[in-house]
Amino acid sequence: MKDLRKHLEERALTLRRHTIRMIGKAQSGHPGGSLSAADIMAVLYFHKLNIDPKKPDWPDRDRFVLSKGHACPVLYAALAESGFFPVDELLTLRTLGGRLEGHPDMRKLPGIEISAGSLGQGLAVANGMALAARLDGRKARIYVLMGDGECQEGEVWEASMFGAHHKLDNVVGIIDYNNLQIDGFVSDILEIQPLKEKWESFGWHTMEIDGHDVMAIVEAFDAVESIKGRPSMIIAKTTKCKGVSFMENKAEYHGKAPSGDELEKAMEELSCIEMIEPDNKEGC
Amino acid sequence: MRDAFVRSLFELAGEDPTVFFLTADLGVFIFDDFKTAYPGRYINLGIAEANMIGVSAGLAASGKMPYAYSIAPFITSRCLDQIRVDICYHRSNVKLVGVGAGFVYGSLGATHHAIEDIAVMRALPGMTVIAPADPLEAEKATRAIHDLDGPAYLRLGRNNDPVVYGSEPGFKIGKANIVRSGKDAAIIATGTAVYSALQAADMLDRDGIDVRVIDMHTVKPVDMEAILQAEEEAGALITVEEHNILGGLGSAVAEVLSEHTGVKKPFRRLGLKDTFCTSVGTPEYIREQYGLDPKNIARTIQDILADGSR
Ligand SMILES: Cc1ncc(C[n+]2csc(CCOP(=O)(O)OP(=O)(O)O)c2C)c(N)n1
Ligand SMILES: [Mg+2]
Repeated sequence: MKDLRKHLEERALTLRRHTIRMIGKAQSGHPGGSLSAADIMAVLYFHKLNIDPKKPDWPDRDRFVLSKGHACPVLYAALAESGFFPVDELLTLRTLGGRLEGHPDMRKLPGIEISAGSLGQGLAVANGMALAARLDGRKARIYVLMGDGECQEGEVWEASMFGAHHKLDNVVGIIDYNNLQIDGFVSDILEIQPLKEKWESFGWHTMEIDGHDVMAIVEAFDAVESIKGRPSMIIAKTTKCKGVSFMENKAEYHGKAPSGDELEKAMEELSCIEMIEPDNKEGC
Repeated sequence: MRDAFVRSLFELAGEDPTVFFLTADLGVFIFDDFKTAYPGRYINLGIAEANMIGVSAGLAASGKMPYAYSIAPFITSRCLDQIRVDICYHRSNVKLVGVGAGFVYGSLGATHHAIEDIAVMRALPGMTVIAPADPLEAEKATRAIHDLDGPAYLRLGRNNDPVVYGSEPGFKIGKANIVRSGKDAAIIATGTAVYSALQAADMLDRDGIDVRVIDMHTVKPVDMEAILQAEEEAGALITVEEHNILGGLGSAVAEVLSEHTGVKKPFRRLGLKDTFCTSVGTPEYIREQYGLDPKNIARTIQDILADGSR
């Protein structure tokens, strides 16, 4: 068990390093929600998901839906590290002609299950995938990562009712509960609490965990596998920009790249071995 | 047209196990046969259109072909961003079906009239837009979008739609049907307006004016050839649609003419003049109120032929 923890923590750190280097190089992108989700993504891509980078269209694969598409840097990092495309390509984030757009495009990059960028839509799409998997008798599980601010969207609650009504126990939702959205704290802008009670009352098996404890994440994913007859929602308490002390828990770093000294300091904190020079050109 | 659609979809579901029917609480019991025969493929998602579009996209991403069905405004503008992203951006193989073209739901008021749906759907990259003229054509269209790989919007009337075709029409997406030949003028119409156009042509015939009527069932991609040929051969051109004048069939035809010939012949567009239908009543009544009845169509043609100006 100790080895698994160490392994996953290292993978999460790798994802954080890639995230900062990519965003630092492009001088644009969303570090906040990428860094807060790095541990969740590490557990999914390096432990949990039943996927095969050589067969991205394999019908029995598990699906991962990134509903909060702006956090794609960490997804790109996880896909590259899983072997879906070369790790070197990560530094082409937001460059002209590149495949790594500011929001993920399923038609461009293998491993992206669904394009995203408009918040609130991922859970409904995951429900459709889950329904199809069940009808086709496939064991595939559908994981969908959402933001806490995203839960303000009405469609999330339409999808919530649908998932429970249709007993989609092959759906696992994860809410990256980092307390922040663009303009500030979720609780100041439009409170979503009591969130656990909401999901429970909508018929979901609901858990609350520490979203930076890789073993807690592993255990939660394992535990919800035995839940039958209803979908599961894991509310993962996180810190926005986790891993870079001076950026942590600050709304301004939702969608802003660290630059100059900040970038260097961030890379140092994450002990990046290879530093990068930011591109001067505008990202696209 | 609604019953024609229900029938064709039932047949298609028998032939193709990937066909799904989704509705946001508008099955109104007419899909019961489908539901009984293919229970796993009938889904009523409740009054939650955005979620319906998302679920459709998820099904399509897993190799299914969902037909998502509601009253036209609720399957188009109500969930536009979901259509834009989940369906068009992903190029999902989802078919949207709206009943209540134009003001078929005349007495239900403006919330239920579909007067911007063509414009809005036409603006979405990759979306095919089809408005059949009558039940036989609706059947053909239901099948044609099944054979099309990609998103489509099918704009249906309801029931008691007029009959344009005595026997099964030919139907090819993007290829207009000429339902009446003539050279003095040409009417290009779509959906339920085709019948009014034919009636107008009959009226004009009595005055010795010979009018071609073109059923432009596919508004996107529009049949450029049929438009240019009509302009070449007819003395004047008008478009008729039960839709706002902005962005629909008239705009599509104007775009073709202005780019290809610079509009050589007198040309007019008939439709709602950038207004909601605030008068409520039968479709016939609303047509009269807004100048879309056969008499006014005929009068418009007489006027432009007499005037001759472009
Ligand atoms: C429908 C929609 N509205 C607004 C936005 C703009 N937007 C991008 S990220 C964001 C805040 C998201 O906050 P949250 O869901 O908490 O994500 P995280 O904190 O993980 O970044 C907003 C409002 C969007 N992408 N989609
Ligand atoms: Mg947040």
